Amino acid sequence: MSRDSGAEVVLRLDRITRRFGALTANDAVSLTLRRGEVVALLGENGAGKTTLMNILFGHYVADAGSVEVFGRPLPPGNPRAALAAGVGMVHQHFSLAGNLTVLENIRLGTEGLWSRSRAGAREKVARLSRDFGLAVDPDARVGRLSVGERQRVEILKALYRDARILILDEPTAVLTPQEAEALFATLRKATARGLSVIFISHKLHEVMAIADRCVVLRHGRVVGEVDTHATDKAALAALMVGGELSLPRAEARVPGAVLMRLDQVSTPDRGAAPGLKAVTLELRAGQITGLAGVSGNGQAALAEIVGGLALPAAGHLWLHGQEPETWTPREALARGVARIPEDRHHQGSIADFDLTENAVLEGYRTRFSRRGWMDWRAARAFAEGIIKGYDVRCPGPETRIRLLSGGNMQKLILGRALAPGPEIILANQPVRGLDVGAIAYVQAQLIAARDRGAAVLLISEDLDEIMSLSDVVHVISQGRLSPAFARGTMTAAELGLWMAGQKFEEAHAA
Amino acid sequence: MRLEAIPNPSAARKIGLPALALLATLGVAMLLALIAGANPFAVLGQIARGALGSKLAILETLNRATPLIFTGLAVAVAFRAKLWNIGAEAQLYAGAIMAVVLGTGALGSPLVLPVSAGAAMLAGAALLLGPVLLKTRLGVDEVVTTLLLNFIMLLFVSYLLEGPMKDPMGMGWPKSPALIPEARLPRIVEGLRLHWGFALAIIAAVAVWVIQTRTTLGFEIRAVGQNPEAARFAGMPVNAVLVKTALLSGGLAALAGWSEVAGLKGHLSSDLSPGFGYTGIIVAMLALLHPLGVVVTAIFVAGIFVGSDAMSRAAGVPTYIADMLLATALLFMVLAILLTRVRVVRG
Repeated sequence: MSRDSGAEVVLRLDRITRRFGALTANDAVSLTLRRGEVVALLGENGAGKTTLMNILFGHYVADAGSVEVFGRPLPPGNPRAALAAGVGMVHQHFSLAGNLTVLENIRLGTEGLWSRSRAGAREKVARLSRDFGLAVDPDARVGRLSVGERQRVEILKALYRDARILILDEPTAVLTPQEAEALFATLRKATARGLSVIFISHKLHEVMAIADRCVVLRHGRVVGEVDTHATDKAALAALMVGGELSLPRAEARVPGAVLMRLDQVSTPDRGAAPGLKAVTLELRAGQITGLAGVSGNGQAALAEIVGGLALPAAGHLWLHGQEPETWTPREALARGVARIPEDRHHQGSIADFDLTENAVLEGYRTRFSRRGWMDWRAARAFAEGIIKGYDVRCPGPETRIRLLSGGNMQKLILGRALAPGPEIILANQPVRGLDVGAIAYVQAQLIAARDRGAAVLLISEDLDEIMSLSDVVHVISQGRLSPAFARGTMTAAELGLWMAGQKFEEAHAA
Repeated sequence: MRLEAIPNPSAARKIGLPALALLATLGVAMLLALIAGANPFAVLGQIARGALGSKLAILETLNRATPLIFTGLAVAVAFRAKLWNIGAEAQLYAGAIMAVVLGTGALGSPLVLPVSAGAAMLAGAALLLGPVLLKTRLGVDEVVTTLLLNFIMLLFVSYLLEGPMKDPMGMGWPKSPALIPEARLPRIVEGLRLHWGFALAIIAAVAVWVIQTRTTLGFEIRAVGQNPEAARFAGMPVNAVLVKTALLSGGLAALAGWSEVAGLKGHLSSDLSPGFGYTGIIVAMLALLHPLGVVVTAIFVAGIFVGSDAMSRAAGVPTYIADMLLATALLFMVLAILLTRVRVVRG
């Protein structure tokens, strides 16, 4: 790692400003990146990280400021210019064609598939994978690869195009702790070879582990630039949110009766997504059950069964000791199951509906209508109650929900779910993409619901969140469910081995 | 050049751009008149006079608007749920057939009108039931099935008019026997050539508006149209909502054919509809799918047709100008709607 401030500057963003209407997404943001250095770009959601990268890649044109790569100014608004200048980006959501092989994906877009000999390309990919520790079979179809492997393909793709600057957007969000370690090893090899890296994240321990320097954005401005070895997590967190902020921690409680029980439940596989494999799970009153796991390991199938969207293909679902005859979202709601969906934009809300309409989406038939006629007065009062009670920042209940920030949207969904006093709460990725303030709020509400005696199933890819909130933790991997681990009995590393599937094999062998 | 979303369009933008679209349409109309070798201002004037210039002209326009209100409502209801019913033309003929079946003596007395109206709605609804079940059960594209049913239905009507339904007194023309007087829709005001179908169309528009804004079914239809996944997640029976929407839409379109036969023509012939089902799509789109807006745009579109007929007789410019005007109006309006939500930026 080079902390030599004399090293060549490879990328310079100079006083970049970009406004969207009244919002200033980037306000005179400057950032320099030197050869062989990892700079972390740190900030909450909405702090302006994505906008800044979109300007670098020519997707937006800055209102003021300039971009220089290797000492040469980059023409604004030209997405190819940054690529040609040697900047490669690995997005959070991969842009790979699942039906093509690794090698074909890497060559796609840079050269016609016949322009250079396949052998030459294969050799170059093999050399890059060796040099950077990116093991992946060049002839495997991308659709069959794990998420960690796909990320390696994305990095290889950038390296193949001779990128000298790598930008990684939240790269560890989809990885197990062990895969994240492997990624860091790759990044260290890259910087040793003179590449430079911008690492976008909001996970402080990773930033501390991998970055040399850290640039903190808040509300579109650079609020701090620090050497990581001269700071600590608490100081970075304070910079990020603009003050001290403590995340809620749930104290242990005595659990109550089993409210929902899945007994040997299996569902069919769906394409690359594994179905459930004989999953047995108990949700108890007054207890938060955490479900840890890398995304795409069966969480969606499990959430569908708990939330009323699907029935087990095999096995049984017990609710208050009974097997429900019909199991639909409406039935689930009627039996006191509240659902906070994984995707609040597509599942949880209707973008062009106003807050009132979104607030009564689940209860319109039972609570806000009589004989087929909507009671809009009651609906509006209900929405106003949620807006007040759950601190939804908005101009009023007739605001279209698409205009709300993710946090405020989630608060409305949370209020809608919790208002009827549910006994069972399915919280699927309840804080993903939210800013720190909203995260604390949502988590505190889940803990309060538990303290009132609700059974909460918390599904999350964020191990820290699972460990701090859950009374018991299960790990899901390839559709299999681990035993229940009581609070504090497992370390993150041990859970990581379960997430990677390794412990399942050992348990099976034993 | 790229498109950039405008999060909260201003009122000026929302009103100004459609107004501009209308002006641009007039501009194109004048250009077309010029190409046809006529005085553009005179042509526009004659269209306006032909549509609204006399009591007779106004009544003719409202008569022409009646089937367009029904088909426009049928399309607006279906499109609101993102159910692409392109088959209003076929459903219209289904309604017209029922008007003839029940109105030529099979049923006497005052009951015949309400019964044949109900039967017409059922027939139109039934015609859309097949495509919607194919869509919900098997995922068959309803654009294709409803569109193709139009041709099947038109051929079926030709068959009926040449065979079982042919008027024996019709001197060989392919048309049905005339309705009995009890099966005819009376005129709203005695002596004025405007029948009760127009009043029913207005009532239907208000009813659709009330359904959409005040009932749980309307809430479900809008939710399913905007985001079926969220609707399903929230517990709405998405497929059942689509089926109900289809029944409503098919029934409304059928009333167009029923009211044309019972109110205006008095018999069925295969040229009953000059494409009212398709023009209903334009009417609904121009109204932004708003049921009360449909009344306004249907009268506007009818006025252009009626006015162009009159203008053509006077100025010798072909009536095709009406079709071109509507097409440009629709194109400009769609563009205006797009531009209220996005702006074009350079770079």
